[in-house]
Amino acid sequence: MSVPYAKLPAWVDYGLIPLINLIVAFLVAGLVVLAVGESPLRAASLLIEGAFGYGEGIGFTLYYATNFIFTGLAVAVAFHCGLFNIGGEGQAYVAGLGVALPCLWLDQFAPWYIVFPAAILGSAMVGGFWAMIPGWLQAKRGSHVVITTIMFNFIASSLMVYVLVDVLKPAGSMAPQTRAFTDAGQLPRLDWLLASVGLDIGGAPFNLSFLLALVAAFVVWVVIWRTKLGYEIRTMGHSPTAAAYAGIRQSRIIIITMMMSGALAGMMALNPIMGDQHRMQLDFVSGAGFVGIAVALMGRSHPVGIVPAAILFGMLYQGGAEISFEMPQISRDMITIIQGLVILFAGALENMFRPAITAFFATLGGAGSDKPLPAAE
Amino acid sequence: MEYFETLIVILQSTVRVSVPLILAALAGLYSERAGIFDIGLEGKMLAAAFAGGAAAAVTGSAFIGLCGAILVSVCLALVHGFASITQRGNQIVSGVAINFIALGATVILGQAWFRQGGRTPQLSGDARFTTVELPFAAELAEIPILGPIYSDLLSGHFLLTYLAFMLIPFTWWVLYRTRFGLRLRAVGENPGAVDTAGISVTWMRYRAVICCGILCGIAGAYLSMAMTAGFVKGMTAGKGFIALAALIFAKWKPVNVMFACLLFGFLDAMSIRMQGNELPIIGVVPVQFMQALPYLLTVILLAGFIGKAIPPRAGGVPYVKER
Repeated sequence: MSVPYAKLPAWVDYGLIPLINLIVAFLVAGLVVLAVGESPLRAASLLIEGAFGYGEGIGFTLYYATNFIFTGLAVAVAFHCGLFNIGGEGQAYVAGLGVALPCLWLDQFAPWYIVFPAAILGSAMVGGFWAMIPGWLQAKRGSHVVITTIMFNFIASSLMVYVLVDVLKPAGSMAPQTRAFTDAGQLPRLDWLLASVGLDIGGAPFNLSFLLALVAAFVVWVVIWRTKLGYEIRTMGHSPTAAAYAGIRQSRIIIITMMMSGALAGMMALNPIMGDQHRMQLDFVSGAGFVGIAVALMGRSHPVGIVPAAILFGMLYQGGAEISFEMPQISRDMITIIQGLVILFAGALENMFRPAITAFFATLGGAGSDKPLPAAE
Repeated sequence: MEYFETLIVILQSTVRVSVPLILAALAGLYSERAGIFDIGLEGKMLAAAFAGGAAAAVTGSAFIGLCGAILVSVCLALVHGFASITQRGNQIVSGVAINFIALGATVILGQAWFRQGGRTPQLSGDARFTTVELPFAAELAEIPILGPIYSDLLSGHFLLTYLAFMLIPFTWWVLYRTRFGLRLRAVGENPGAVDTAGISVTWMRYRAVICCGILCGIAGAYLSMAMTAGFVKGMTAGKGFIALAALIFAKWKPVNVMFACLLFGFLDAMSIRMQGNELPIIGVVPVQFMQALPYLLTVILLAGFIGKAIPPRAGGVPYVKER
């Protein structure tokens, strides 16, 4: 396929264009706010105030951001291989088992620093397994990973309802959830981290898994950009034929990438289960898997972009909850619209403004920008 | 005889729940056969259900409601078309975006306009589609076997239900017996050849996407104005994805689409019916298993264990005209 776009300086490609796309997405979201009869500017200030104005708000923002770092990384890793993993939601949901089972078993006699590694391993393995099946089907049977991961989301949802209602629910309890974990199944909160800058996180469930998410982001960077495996993954993503010609075993790379992706999505389950609710509940993922798509697109599939993008969405989640107190018209569902708009403008329409920007830089001439190539070759 | 009556009841609800699946799957068929993958069926259907419910509630006319549903769905389809045809963006990403925009916008606008927690007001009278009794349904009901089949199973559905079932042979005819259909299929298999023949690939694909929008609109209208009396938050509940699964299960062929949708509808009807009941031989089957079965079957089919589902060859690939 020919590339119909001229080359632009790196800061325009990775900075300016994503920023413009993001601004357009928020402008359209502002129109929706206007349509329901509220002031977008006031909504924006309430949002920022609610998310960053006080310690507890920041705590919640970072708590939500933790989920989105994991799921964003999961989508990004698959993107590098040219795969679109829409199954983060299902992978994280099933991985809840990998967290809850070690907790339910070990919290009787082991301290949290034993339970935590077991739960990390469990969530990564279960999430990785749930993504491995679509990966294997793509690699060996040629069934499209997008479709199979969508199907696996629904299968995961049915499976988890069954497990929670019929298997893990303690006898005599009505709510479809596991028993509460003892202290050993609870992650330490990071109140000291924000206290060091003079903030009090109050009741926010900001916990150790945030640091794990940052470690995961660093590991993803190392693996994708500094190892042979990462090189093979990126080669596959750019050109499967070139990868085949270079002797890269495609099916192996596809399966490994999907397992990594699923493991990252799976580790997201640690945050709500061990960090907040201290039990496994129905629907604990609540859309974080899908937010990961927007986060990965916005962060351009690079950990350095994904962490701020995740914090931005954490801000939207927390601030959005605050707005609905002041503006009853604007509920959490506003976030869903913004999420959709970000996916649309930063993903599907990412090149909409490129011709105009290219033309603009062409008129500036020389300085930093290569001569624009003819439209298509 | 008791088993027979139960069977009729189950089949009747099978038809009821299959209609939106058939309409949405046919919508996907037009789009995907032209090479535009569409996982935004769910979102378009949801937005249409809301628009239909809202327009019918305001105007009190089911017809205007249907028009509103189609209009909104076509607009979303054109956004998808613009992203994936004109801007050559990623079609999957665009579909995902449309699903989210529809999911959020229907609730926000519904709450702002009607203040009923994201619902639209209850529809009654002319604002809702009514069922149609086929001629002599009451008189023939007494005839054993054939009577119930005619008067309970075939008669007493909505006009849109009959429309949906008529659209299947119509789609087959359009696809395989008209020039438009030939070009539509060609543009999904080998757009270069269509371009060489002097036909605009872009315009063909836009027309396919508009067809998809119209059918999703009807599917949405059926949900909020026929099957139920009003829009409820998130009422599509994954039907768009089941339709997508059915489309793949049917290997992108119109008549197969009907059977796939009826099969998935049957599973749905059974899972409601079977709740807690024991099946002969098999014993109690968890409801969740029945609910997951359409997806499992599709995965197994996709894996090539029962036949092979081969998508249109140019599906998902934006067409770049060589110069």
